[in-house]
Amino acid sequence: MFAILIVFTSLLFVLAACGNESEQEASDSGSGDTESSDNEKAAEEDSGKPYIAIISKGFQHQFWQAVQSGAEKAAEEFNVEITFEGPENESQVDKQMEMLRAALDKQPDAIGFAALDSQASSPLLEEADEKGIPIIAFDSGVDSEIPLTTASTDNYAAAALAADKMAELIGEKGKIALVVHDQVSVTGAQRRDGFVETIEEKYPDIEIVDVQYGKGDHLESTNLAKTMMQANPDLAGIYGSNEGSAIGVVNAVRELGKEEEVTVIGFDSGKQQIDAIKDGVMAGAITQNPEGIGYETVKAAVSAINGEEVPENIDTGFYWYDQTNLEDEEIQAAVYE
Amino acid sequence: MTTDIANSHATAQKKYFKGTGALQQILAFASLIILIIFFSIASDNFLHWSNIEGILLSTTVIGILALGTTFVIITGGIDLSIGTGMTLTSVMTGVFIVYLGLPLSVGIIGGILSGACIGFISGFSVSILRIPPFIATLAMMMIAEGLSLVISGASPIYFSDIEGFNSIALGSVIPGISIPNAILVFFFMVLIGWVLLSKTIVGRYTFAIGSNEEATRLSGINVKKWKLIIYTIAGCFTGVAGVIMASRLNSAQPALGMGYELEAIAAVVIGGTSLSGGKGSLIGTMIGALIMSVLTNGLRIMSIPQEWQTVVIGFVILLAVYFDMLRKKNA
Repeated sequence: MFAILIVFTSLLFVLAACGNESEQEASDSGSGDTESSDNEKAAEEDSGKPYIAIISKGFQHQFWQAVQSGAEKAAEEFNVEITFEGPENESQVDKQMEMLRAALDKQPDAIGFAALDSQASSPLLEEADEKGIPIIAFDSGVDSEIPLTTASTDNYAAAALAADKMAELIGEKGKIALVVHDQVSVTGAQRRDGFVETIEEKYPDIEIVDVQYGKGDHLESTNLAKTMMQANPDLAGIYGSNEGSAIGVVNAVRELGKEEEVTVIGFDSGKQQIDAIKDGVMAGAITQNPEGIGYETVKAAVSAINGEEVPENIDTGFYWYDQTNLEDEEIQAAVYE
Repeated sequence: MTTDIANSHATAQKKYFKGTGALQQILAFASLIILIIFFSIASDNFLHWSNIEGILLSTTVIGILALGTTFVIITGGIDLSIGTGMTLTSVMTGVFIVYLGLPLSVGIIGGILSGACIGFISGFSVSILRIPPFIATLAMMMIAEGLSLVISGASPIYFSDIEGFNSIALGSVIPGISIPNAILVFFFMVLIGWVLLSKTIVGRYTFAIGSNEEATRLSGINVKKWKLIIYTIAGCFTGVAGVIMASRLNSAQPALGMGYELEAIAAVVIGGTSLSGGKGSLIGTMIGALIMSVLTNGLRIMSIPQEWQTVVIGFVILLAVYFDMLRKKNA
């Protein structure tokens, strides 16, 4: 018992020392900035810079790291302090709520928020609204009037483009299936609906035989894409709606040796998808502009803090990339390894 | 004294196997057969060799985890750290092979040893520090989850440039027959585990501790030492699962693994190992893991919505535990 106490207290000391150090650094870096502020916001007093808390949907995918790097770029450019965090897993709605609550308690000047579940977050968003903290939604958007603006890809339109490409590549006829990352989030739903509805409206000879959800988990998505091909041996194409889903489909096609038969279309980016496109296992993929999302989020937050008008929606754009344009400058800026 | 209790336990084990205990295994095996027949009738595409191969391949990772954790559960303990522990071992394998450039074989052994380390620490907390297994391994689960993210910098480690890594799981060593190595590794682990559990002193003490820890201790057996060994063995299985997963995905994904421990425990329970300790078998666990993946695969092939798949699997676990209770009442 005594030993544990010693370990515990020494751990606390180490943590306390770390905490002090970073506070010290923060106040040092902010000391040159003498702009006076009339509120009592703790973060601002420490550093002198406006503080923006950014809550993303996760950080396990390279995508979020690209968003973070875009946000950091903007933070440097506009001289603001940011924090960037997200749950480990994109199904942890509850964990994200706790992060948003903690962010509110820190009294930031603005919050950037990518909701895993719009409904679940609305009470906290109202609380932020009452406190006068501007909210900038990013990535998937938030189903609420409260966010001043949303910096995001038009996922529905992007998925529709994926559907058009799929139709073109399989000759506008045959069976196809979807591996979607989840059915709860707005991105999951839009990337499914944009694809499904485009196929149903424009391509009567294409049949969607199955839609399954793999949580964006690589192994889970591999196993389920494999089963889809077993259930439908004549499947012409599969669309994977995010990085983990698309990699799962690629793994499955490779494991079954169906590289020549099944057209794979992905979403997002990452080393394995880029390699799969180079190898010809994946026909192509849609990429968002994650750095742009991060950058525009912080930029909009700064405008909001300064009391400037912000547009209702900020479209951060998307691209189709395949073997033919992978090396283009525009694509290289939007894909990430 | 020591050999006495070991011998008496060995006979008890034989009796158990002949008696009511075999019921659960027979039930599990019968369910597996019934499921296979049902899905073969329900879908033409179920009983194809490539689908069966797919089922076996998707059993490997959870299955190997379940085998290791069977030992721990028979002692009356539980190991919640196996899911994220497996992730940590896959990340460590990446560190050894990709970052440090060590040869493939050294990296694989390193990965398995990392698993053993995780098991050793869990075992140390449980046996020496006397922390309840649920809490000790829950803590280990979180430590492993955090460390995976820290060590990998929260981004995947790719093995794409490492020639031959992918074929650890997906290549086939037997010429002429295309069975992925991962499946062979799984059955090999079943064999190793079965020998350990039913033919060696480790196995005898595993059952003895689970049946009555105090009596085992009073008979002069160093329960602390053996528990430490048993958790470390379970950790080795975690390490093997980690290497197999990394190889199959050709990458170490630092945020996977959470929740895999529950699937593994479910397989153990369906296989007839009692969560209250003292009873269980590795063949049962193998059948349990196969039931889980046959069920998932079959429901998917029938295009049953995923939400319902989860509900069905939940019911199966409920049934398995109910039969376990019936057995105990009868015994």
